[in-house]
Amino acid sequence: MNWSVLAALAFAFALDVPAASPPKSAECLTCHDDKGAAFQSSVHGSFSCTDCHTAIKGYPHPENQAKVKCDTCHNDPVSGVKASVHATASAQPCQGCHGDAHGILPASDPKSSTYASNLPRTCGGCHGDAKFAKQHKISEVYSMYMDSIHGFALTKDGLLVAASCSSCHGSHKILSKRDPASRTNRANIAETCGKCHAGPNRDYQAGIHGQGMATGDARAPVCTNCHTSHQIADVRTASWQMKTTATCGSCHGEQLKTYHDTFHAQVSALGYIETARCWDCHGFHDIRPANDQKSTIAKANLEATCGKCHSGVTKSFVSYQPHADRHNRQDYPILWASSIFMNMLLASVLGFFALHTLLWLMRSLSDRRKGRPAEGEI
Amino acid sequence: MKYDDVTTVGRPATAPDGAPVSPDQGARYYQRFSVPQRFLHGFLAVTFLGLAITGLTLRFSAEGWATTLAHGVGGFGTILFFHLFSAVVLTIAFLIHVANLVYRIVARKEYGLVWGTNSMVPNLKDIQDFIAQIKWFFWRGPKPKFDRYAYWDKVDYWAVFWGMAIIGLSGYAMWFAPFFARFIPGSLLNVALLIHGEEAILAVGFIFTIHFFNTHLRPDNFPMDMVIFNGRQSEEELKERHPEEYKRLVESGQLEKLRVEAPPRWLQNFGRVFGTTAIVVGFIFLSLMIVAFVKE
Repeated sequence: MNWSVLAALAFAFALDVPAASPPKSAECLTCHDDKGAAFQSSVHGSFSCTDCHTAIKGYPHPENQAKVKCDTCHNDPVSGVKASVHATASAQPCQGCHGDAHGILPASDPKSSTYASNLPRTCGGCHGDAKFAKQHKISEVYSMYMDSIHGFALTKDGLLVAASCSSCHGSHKILSKRDPASRTNRANIAETCGKCHAGPNRDYQAGIHGQGMATGDARAPVCTNCHTSHQIADVRTASWQMKTTATCGSCHGEQLKTYHDTFHAQVSALGYIETARCWDCHGFHDIRPANDQKSTIAKANLEATCGKCHSGVTKSFVSYQPHADRHNRQDYPILWASSIFMNMLLASVLGFFALHTLLWLMRSLSDRRKGRPAEGEI
Repeated sequence: MKYDDVTTVGRPATAPDGAPVSPDQGARYYQRFSVPQRFLHGFLAVTFLGLAITGLTLRFSAEGWATTLAHGVGGFGTILFFHLFSAVVLTIAFLIHVANLVYRIVARKEYGLVWGTNSMVPNLKDIQDFIAQIKWFFWRGPKPKFDRYAYWDKVDYWAVFWGMAIIGLSGYAMWFAPFFARFIPGSLLNVALLIHGEEAILAVGFIFTIHFFNTHLRPDNFPMDMVIFNGRQSEEELKERHPEEYKRLVESGQLEKLRVEAPPRWLQNFGRVFGTTAIVVGFIFLSLMIVAFVKE
């Protein structure tokens, strides 16, 4: 090559550098070659360095540059985070979840930290730390989630439709459950869960619990009251079914007490799954009061309900009282009277013979101490 | 002292002059209970223990020991299985007993079973004996002279009859609930469970305290009366415990017909092991029951 051409080129470069157009990425990599490979394959790989590092106009550039503003392009996510519980989380809130700024991968990439099945681990970086949880007065939810039916499905089975953190909490604008606008606020839980569980949600809305919620009854339970929020178990497992009675009983204390007096409860307490628990008779999501014609415990439906377990059910059979209270004279007079009678029978028979036995014992011992008197002697 | 070593464990028998006598020596034995009667008692004892253990586990299912036991035997299903199994065996034994009684009374015309000294039916003498016994407790009279069955024997016997009827019927009503509900309102099934449980607590409380004391643990019989296991009693025992029967048998010349050999050692040992096991198991579950009952 002609040296004059070279010189011309060099001159042109020299002129070009301090001019308005920013340096090419290749030039940046002369120094910042450590960023190159990751950046090339990142979601931003087609951009040049100065698309984000807008303040850099040439070389050499000042040491301390203004922070990259992600919201230049990602306005919604960034303003979401700014309004969320993570607003003050760190100086670089985006990188906390999306990882190294130069290697950000799209959420659809299995290697991405925000890929559905990687997300729990990403969030767990903070929310799986007991010290962190204590410091922020929140639960250490990572391990709870990982052992849940959602956690298993997503991370063990790779079932990508299974709920990940963001499915319920959202991704950028995560709000405290105390915030009425939060997806995990009590008022919005059914809708949040219902995004996937449409059937249960439809049933729940029709049932007394959903109706209670709709009319603003503060006592009405939402999904998480029964299923918990992070430890959600497979409802077909014995361990879950064993717990359900206590769960219902935490609100329905009186019913739990009366249930405990029945054979159903006695066998279920011993770990017998195939016995009637609350939801076997009452249903679960569309629980309705007995005066509702559609209720499983409406008079007309009792034979079908009891018949789920008992064969040969008759009208007479279903007059059985699964919540009979022997102390309630008004509603269960025969049971009440039987209870009184049995108590009196027990007390009188055992009391009488206890006395008989005691007197006998005393007399016999006295005889033995004195030396045995002759037959028939007093 | 009139103790016979055969009926006592751990205490050497002594002759009236205080010299120890070896077992079986010099004693004449008479049959009191036949082999079928002893088997009936055995079946009754085993099935009653089985029903009591499994039943108390069900009745007090909220107790820690109940769940531990249920899990220990392979879950609740096993508990209910043994409860029902024992119930069926006991029912069969009970029905055989009743059938035998009916046969002997109707076909063989043994009316002595219905009324008289060999009958379990209470009579005037039982009331007199009872009053006399109460007087004796207070040093107000001599010890009554009992015939073949003392009044507490009859109480024991009829308590089982009553218990079988009440607990058995209510139990079967629950077991075959839909069938029974054809004849009784379903709400009576609530009553059935209540009666079943309470009556069972009465039965357990009665057998494991009153029966154990009356027949086995009271000082005169301590630690247990072997007669139900070996079927025999010595002449001394017969004279002391059933003086009227003894007198009657001597006068009618029937006594020698009942004469049997002394109980063999294996039978004695079997009876001791069986009886001790029953009493120990009974006491364990009695204490568990009392604690759970009081907690309720």
